[in-house]
Amino acid sequence: MEWLESFWATYSTLVLSIGTNVLLALSIYLTLATGLLTVANAAFMGIGAYTAGLLTTQLGLPFFIALVLGSLLPALVALAIGRPTLRLSGVYLAMATLAFGEVVRIFILNAEGLTGGALGLNGIPQLTQWFDVALAVALTLFVLLRLARSRIGRTMEAICQDETATELMGLNVGAYKLLVFVLGAMLAGLAGGLNAHFTFFISPDEYGFDRAVEILAMGVLGGTGSPWGAVIGGLLITLLPELLRGLGHYRPLINGVILILIILYSPRGIWDLFRPDRESRRLPAAH
Amino acid sequence: MLAQQIVNAISLGGVYALFALGFTLIFGVLNVVNLAHGAVFMIGAYASLKAVVVLQLPLPAAILVAMLATGALGWLLDKFIFAPLRARHAPHLAPMIATIGVAITLTSLIEGTFGSENLRFPSEVLPAEALSMGGVQITWLELEIICLAFALMAILLWGLRKTGAGRALRGLAESPKAVALMGVNVESVFRVTSILAALLGGAAGMLIALYANAVFPRMGQPMLHKGIAVVILGGMGDIRGALLGGFFLGFAEVLSVAYVGSNMRDAIAFGLLFIVLLIRPQGLFGHVVQRRA
Repeated sequence: MEWLESFWATYSTLVLSIGTNVLLALSIYLTLATGLLTVANAAFMGIGAYTAGLLTTQLGLPFFIALVLGSLLPALVALAIGRPTLRLSGVYLAMATLAFGEVVRIFILNAEGLTGGALGLNGIPQLTQWFDVALAVALTLFVLLRLARSRIGRTMEAICQDETATELMGLNVGAYKLLVFVLGAMLAGLAGGLNAHFTFFISPDEYGFDRAVEILAMGVLGGTGSPWGAVIGGLLITLLPELLRGLGHYRPLINGVILILIILYSPRGIWDLFRPDRESRRLPAAH
Repeated sequence: MLAQQIVNAISLGGVYALFALGFTLIFGVLNVVNLAHGAVFMIGAYASLKAVVVLQLPLPAAILVAMLATGALGWLLDKFIFAPLRARHAPHLAPMIATIGVAITLTSLIEGTFGSENLRFPSEVLPAEALSMGGVQITWLELEIICLAFALMAILLWGLRKTGAGRALRGLAESPKAVALMGVNVESVFRVTSILAALLGGAAGMLIALYANAVFPRMGQPMLHKGIAVVILGGMGDIRGALLGGFFLGFAEVLSVAYVGSNMRDAIAFGLLFIVLLIRPQGLFGHVVQRRA
């Protein structure tokens, strides 16, 4: 048991990060598997983190409530911007969500009275326990695995492969896209709330382009064929910089190289290499 | 005063247009959203700075060095990323994600090598005198930037209109198959386009580095976002659009800084982008892409 305690003392942040990163990867899995390249998850994470953080520090709300509200607000924002944004597809959608992410970051940066601006939010109580994260991940994974095999999951795959055909079959494509977008935002917000409560300090820069790309890398690396792909992606992206400890400063570089290598050599992600039934689950194709 | 702001807007807008031209060329011809263009821009800035500081070259030579460096980068990009993905008929988003990877790799490399602080040109190198024309102060530097940006754009436009290579490029943007059937080596035109776009990006990098006297690893990112905003505003793949959009953004930014305040400066581009995407996603000159069943 002493071994466990000393292990935890050193690696608790890492293990908890794996958990939240898996949640983030799952959040982008939802939209990628539907054929939507949205890179707003970092912004939603930021909204969730700041909401939960402010609720616990300023209003002293219990952790659970703060988390729930911290996941709801990004979901509401996603609902608000979803309808007009999701009319776009492919490249334009990616650009729009990228722009949205930047707008959120700039907003957080400038709303100094509320968020502390560039100085960030300090003193967030360390409320996240390993079982919070584990529970969140297990629950999410369970729901998404069931979802993938359900009618919703099949619709997601259909939209990814051929949107027009799906629409012609009488399915409300717009509603499904909005659903996965909002769900993804909720998950990202949850991850943000959990993350804020073990990193003690958050700042707007943590939820900008770098984070967005990291989340994208997790989704692409793992593969969009199944939620397990997201798990693998989240695990690897979190662990790799630790394993290559000496290059700690170069962490973004690793993410970048990983992205390049995966796109060039295994575009369907690592998950695809292990699947027994290699049907074509491609990257979202732009129209 | 308004006239002064207009001069600033012209120089800033010129550089934005230059950057956007490179970006839109790659989209129009190679059909790739090159999110590494910002990193290429940044490399151009660093290359020119190092040329001045380390190699002790004068400014005009430094700009050539910058363009050489980024041109090489453009060649590498096409040879090792775009071409293999083309050969594989990868979906459109694959090269885009790959360029994200390239951008991050380059930025991280530069950050590791040169540090993340703001580097400046040595002050002896920058011409400090200003001209006074009709009540407007314009520094020699600004004048040079304007002239250079316009010269490069003029050369590009002339080349596209009047030379065979330019026609091949424009044809390729319309229909790769038709151009191939006419005996043009499509792969080499792609390669040249990538090099050309990178040249423009690198030149823009150096010009902005001089304009702001600031060189830092992350400078490509806000520029990339603005470039995207410009290109979407003008219409993806349309050259006139990139030109007009660049100047429009330059004016919008300068006027907003003068009259509203500089916090929101970067947000202007995104705000514009968002609005354009919601109201008229194809931009001023673009055409609506029909989704084929």
